[in-house]
Amino acid sequence: MPHAAVEPMPVAAPAEVQPRERAPVRVTRGTRTSAAALAAGVALVAAAATLPWWAPAEHASSWMHNFVEIACYFVFAMMWNLLAGYGGMVSIGQQAYFGLGGYAMLVLANGAGVNPFLAVPLGALVAAAISVPVSFVAFRLAGGYFAIGTWVIAEVFRLGVANVSAVGGGSGTSLTALRGIEKATRETATYGLALACAVAAIAAVYLFLRSKRGLALLAIRDNEVAAESQGIDVHGMKLAVYVVAALGAGLAGALYFVGNLRISPDAAFSVNWTAFAIFMVVIGGIGRIEGPIVGALVFWALNKFLSDYGTWYLLGLGLLAIVTTLFFRQGLWGWVQQRWGWSLFPTQRRLET
Amino acid sequence: MRAAVDILVQGLLLGGLYALFALGQSLMFGVMRLTNTAQGDFIVLGAFGAIAALVALGPLVPAPQLALVLAGLLLLPAAFGAGYALQRGVLNGTLGRDPLPSLVVTFGLSIVIQNALLELFSADPRSIETGGLNTASVTLPGGITVGLLPLAIFVLAVAATAGLQWLFGSTALGRSFRAVSDDREIAELMGLDAKKVYGLATAIAFVLIAAAGMLQGMRTTVSPADGPVLLLFAFEAVIIGGMGSFWGTLAGALLLGVTQQIGFRLDPGWGIWFGHLVFLAVLVLRPQGLFPKTR
Amino acid sequence: MTLLATHALSARYGDAQALFGIDFRLEPGEVVAIIGANGAGKSTFMKALTGLVRAPREQVTFEDEPIGGLAPAEIVRRGIALVPEGRRLFPSLSVEENLRMGATAKRAGPWQLERIYALFPVLREKRAQPSTALSGGQQQMVAIGRALMGNPKVLLCDELSLGLAPVVIHEIYAAVPALCAEGMTLVVVEQDVALAQRVSRRVYCFQEGRVALEGMSAALTREQISQAYFGV
Repeated sequence: MPHAAVEPMPVAAPAEVQPRERAPVRVTRGTRTSAAALAAGVALVAAAATLPWWAPAEHASSWMHNFVEIACYFVFAMMWNLLAGYGGMVSIGQQAYFGLGGYAMLVLANGAGVNPFLAVPLGALVAAAISVPVSFVAFRLAGGYFAIGTWVIAEVFRLGVANVSAVGGGSGTSLTALRGIEKATRETATYGLALACAVAAIAAVYLFLRSKRGLALLAIRDNEVAAESQGIDVHGMKLAVYVVAALGAGLAGALYFVGNLRISPDAAFSVNWTAFAIFMVVIGGIGRIEGPIVGALVFWALNKFLSDYGTWYLLGLGLLAIVTTLFFRQGLWGWVQQRWGWSLFPTQRRLET
Repeated sequence: MRAAVDILVQGLLLGGLYALFALGQSLMFGVMRLTNTAQGDFIVLGAFGAIAALVALGPLVPAPQLALVLAGLLLLPAAFGAGYALQRGVLNGTLGRDPLPSLVVTFGLSIVIQNALLELFSADPRSIETGGLNTASVTLPGGITVGLLPLAIFVLAVAATAGLQWLFGSTALGRSFRAVSDDREIAELMGLDAKKVYGLATAIAFVLIAAAGMLQGMRTTVSPADGPVLLLFAFEAVIIGGMGSFWGTLAGALLLGVTQQIGFRLDPGWGIWFGHLVFLAVLVLRPQGLFPKTR
Repeated sequence: MTLLATHALSARYGDAQALFGIDFRLEPGEVVAIIGANGAGKSTFMKALTGLVRAPREQVTFEDEPIGGLAPAEIVRRGIALVPEGRRLFPSLSVEENLRMGATAKRAGPWQLERIYALFPVLREKRAQPSTALSGGQQQMVAIGRALMGNPKVLLCDELSLGLAPVVIHEIYAAVPALCAEGMTLVVVEQDVALAQRVSRRVYCFQEGRVALEGMSAALTREQISQAYFGV
């Protein structure tokens, strides 16, 4: 039997290599559509900011109240989008921070006499602070089990707060700190705060994703092991995203209950918040900044016209989410982008030759 | 001392039911890494399915226990078929590296089921007529009296666990389950129809789910919004016990049941919370669970 | 009749084009080798033959029937089996269970458990052990046995020698003549050029997704091969 001698591989003779002619390339980010959208966005914000002055008197109050509510949904959804779409962590428990933000705001305003409008960002900070020790527990899980685990944690907070009689226990309590203020002033101030929060959230997320950190996040989302091998601190990044998402959720929660004036554990820690965020983001397109904006608009429209139908409306939402996930993986906005190449908030760098 | 034994026994019996909630989830996750966030809602759906079947059978079959058996005989095969159809028609399309699609779709199903049940049955809690079965009791050697139904549930849970373990370890289908979960691509290269195998896994899981739902309805009341709570119990049982083994899931469920019983005895409002705390403790101290099977 | 053939096979792997118009043919009873550098497209080619990579319908034919685009399960039912690169045994299954999985397609033929154990006696002692407990060479035997259990007409072997010591490689390839004597047709992908030339009758050399050279193994010179291998 011939024994298996391994012969050395034939070595190639070095050959002449001619450098190829290359056309100069440019790396760009903005598109014509995005420039137009930016202009439109600035105009919209200006219009919204002045709304209390130009809106017809009989509608102003309800429009502002609606806006505050949509702003809360939207900020919460934007943060859920950051966590899941960009951070790769799907959570069904973000409502924990929504509720914690709300209750922290209430405790600061009612209990410590802090101005409620100041208590909103402070409440958000409290939520973010709590998210750090929680992450030690939550990060033990991954994937689908991380999702449900975060839900359990939210439930722990709900049941825990429901047992604290100082904040009204299971039936909740009212935000008494705003009692003395005139209704119109309060509504306008709340509206202004909501607008500021919404704009700040969009700006913060957009700038973050354009930065180097944002690129690192995308790298982690695409391939965690490869990202780690490039020297990216994966755990640090994930923790940062988780804390920022908690901050945003807390902000939304605190804002919501300034607008609502009454808080209870079931309302504050309801999983419906996350359900709505999921719908908005999935319908609008996960992982894209425009996704939550499109999703919030669709959601608000559905809410306005169909919520009277109660169970049928929710049933329809559920079916819509299922159908969108199965057949429009990129969400409605993602589908539009693919079809027509639009991009309102470009973070992707493109090669232009 | 007597009280301690009593708590333990009650906890174990409760845990038996939780095991039935959890085995289906363990099975689906084990075979296809799918997290079914609608698990609890399907259990509730099973309960209402049994209720509907009994309403239909009621005028035909006066004896409640016979009606129960017949309802079960109708429900379980229907559940098998429904699970198979759901997996092949809807869930197979969500499988893949990204956990989001399956999470969103099952979450969507959860909302759809809850609201559909709300429309059909209203929010009132219902229970299943057992003809006295749920109050009958039996005295075990040692003088401990236990409910007949909880004991039967416990025995069923152990039998189901042993059955699943046998299925996975000793049958061709079980071999297919393990192979397709190890390496779907190569399993298909062997001639395996992965889509069909996944369908069968969910079909079996749904039989367990339907049985669990029916028993839950017999043991206590059910209402359309109960799903999420049951999901959390199932999930906690799987995590406490450790992923990858059915006996582990059973152990986790029993431990959860005992923990909740201890909590209930200390204060009626604390039972479920205690369970959550033990779950979190296990997650922090021993994240792989108490009896994990390394795969 | 040509047993297996590709006609201007072009295929993509992920986002990139991996194969550019490959013409290939395999006659019954032959052993054909495919050599080429890493990234030349050899494994993608094997995947295209077995349906793991999608190929246009007419570009792959088996017994003159087009099989491009068929599901892997369907292709294995027709009689093509793959010993995958890197073995890819099922870690949750024992040695015997892995072998049994190979018979899922239920094709009739002489290969069954006893015969596999006769071919690779060491596997008989280890039949109940988890497949992960075996050495690299033994795992390779299980992978080959698993493919044989499908009673294929064509056996595709992707880099059998990967990660194995020379003595073990020798032992594995010692089985090849026995298989040929039974009438098995083989395609062998190998990094080791000399080994490939020794075990095969004809050889193809792939380079960047194309066939750079084709000929009788015994007739090709080192120079011809190295030119084709490196594309110089």
